Amino acid sequence: MKILVTLQNNDIAPRFDLATEVLIAKVVRGKTSGEPRTVLLPGPSSDELCSLIIREEVSLVICGGIEEAHFQYLVWKKIEVIDRVIGPAAEAIDLAIAKQLRLGAIVRPKIERSAAS
Amino acid sequence: MKHFGGNVCSHILCNGSMSMSETEEATTFTPDLLDILNGVPHGIALLDQDLSIIMMNRFLEAITGYSGEEVRGIYCDHVLHSSFGRNAQVFREAFETGVASSAEGDILGLNRKKIPMRFTVTPVTDPREGRQALVLVLEDITAFQEIGRKKDMGPTKGLLGHSPKMQEIFELLPVLAHTDSSVLITGETGTGKDILAEAIHEASRRSKYPFIKVNCGALPESLLESELFGHMRGAFTGAHADKHGMFQLAQGGTIYLTEIGDLPLPLQVKLLTVLDDREFFPLGSQKKVRVDVRLITGTHRDLKQLVQESKFREDLFFRLNVLRVHLPSLRDRDGDVRLLIDHFLQMFAASFEKSIKRLSAQALRLLSSYHYPGNVRELRNIIEYGVNICRGEVIGIEHLPPYVLADTGKAVLPKSEGGQSNRLETGEKMAQEVVPESPGNASSWSAIEKKKILTALMQTGGSRTEAAKVLGWGRTTLWRKMKEYAL
Repeated sequence: MKILVTLQNNDIAPRFDLATEVLIAKVVRGKTSGEPRTVLLPGPSSDELCSLIIREEVSLVICGGIEEAHFQYLVWKKIEVIDRVIGPAAEAIDLAIAKQLRLGAIVRPKIERSAAS
Repeated sequence: MKHFGGNVCSHILCNGSMSMSETEEATTFTPDLLDILNGVPHGIALLDQDLSIIMMNRFLEAITGYSGEEVRGIYCDHVLHSSFGRNAQVFREAFETGVASSAEGDILGLNRKKIPMRFTVTPVTDPREGRQALVLVLEDITAFQEIGRKKDMGPTKGLLGHSPKMQEIFELLPVLAHTDSSVLITGETGTGKDILAEAIHEASRRSKYPFIKVNCGALPESLLESELFGHMRGAFTGAHADKHGMFQLAQGGTIYLTEIGDLPLPLQVKLLTVLDDREFFPLGSQKKVRVDVRLITGTHRDLKQLVQESKFREDLFFRLNVLRVHLPSLRDRDGDVRLLIDHFLQMFAASFEKSIKRLSAQALRLLSSYHYPGNVRELRNIIEYGVNICRGEVIGIEHLPPYVLADTGKAVLPKSEGGQSNRLETGEKMAQEVVPESPGNASSWSAIEKKKILTALMQTGGSRTEAAKVLGWGRTTLWRKMKEYAL
């Protein structure tokens, strides 16, 4: 499976529609396979990002704020979306693999806690 | 990653658990402050110099879905999901200048909806240590934007006028919108009947439902009946499927029947039934359809006269004539010509990306004295023509359609450009300055044509056949023209 995280520096980008960079991690047997790939987008665009997600056959999207229309679109495409997540992308991916990442979670560099909204 | 887990300003944080004796600077932000902020119906956050959250009030907690405590020390944009992104220049400027500033943007709320916000940031300083913080106030401006949108799109959309007669219409509009009674809009062609009908609909409680316009003069009777009331499959040749009529499509909303004076008599009966019973049979159907539709009608004809001529049913006339609005012709709207000229000039200049700034004084004088048989629509077309033709910044008379000049006369242009102010005098006053052309002067095409016919007839000794040959017309054309000009 593939996990895509919207990126701002090393953190999850606050907004899906304003993200210009994404991190794509391949997960094989509960572990990331190789180095996650960073993709620079030509510009911020929810539609373009959704197209990329479909094209890359991503199974899980981790992002900050996302608009309902795009959230529903991805869900309709059978893509899991964990949104309103705050924190570093790498830790968020680890938590997602461990099935511990929840909607609205605040991920600390040293994982202190994961708070559901 | 210094924002996460950081505790940069935790020592100046206030929350319910902090005692007053812990630190002296804590008195700067006492628990009472948070209580006060919680009572304010706007989102409020206190940010440190790194724009990380120090505290936020309950309102903001509700919008973002995070508690103030859990997001303490986190960079504000991760919490707010605002449109400022990384470029929170407004925030930084406030720090640098020490002056409060504001900007508009939006945030993505807990329900994944974009909320338009006004962000106001005010720098505050700890008087003891000189430490700076920023008070961020988020004001939901959805309602303001809605009002602005309604102002642009709303009740008076497309209706402009300062004249007393138009002011009367504007005052009447909310009354017309408030009720469900039928409205009959009369007025010459091009006065804005359609726009007024739509404005009434937009201002009414039915505005969220459809507004459907049907031109009664545009279709033959059989088609019009199907168009208005719909038909069932097989009702007539070519009726391959059931079709909803406009009355059904306008369900809950408003149907506007323009040129109601052209409605055929058999359909007038059916319309009367619909108005009385609020139900009808679609063509070929045995099942009644019930509709809840408001009816607005418009015509440039004199319906009373049509009633007298037995071309319009009297009972329908009374049924439609519940609320009657008469739109004045442009000639009767004192001072509105200039207003509309400016409006259309700006509109078309922007639309065609032209740098046209104004009309020359001569052109303005000409347009003020013109009689506008086509009313506002004609004025709009004249300005559109001028904007298209003009290549400079000022529309002169040479950029106006020739017929305007022919109708109004060149004598309207005696004054020099330099001596003119841009202010246009009223149409009536200007009309006095216009020297109308003498009837003998062949100023219009019909007069020229009439003169040509008479000359040809004189040349040929009254022989129509010969005159037609001279004119290059057929005999019937000449006969028709002679009849038209009563020769």
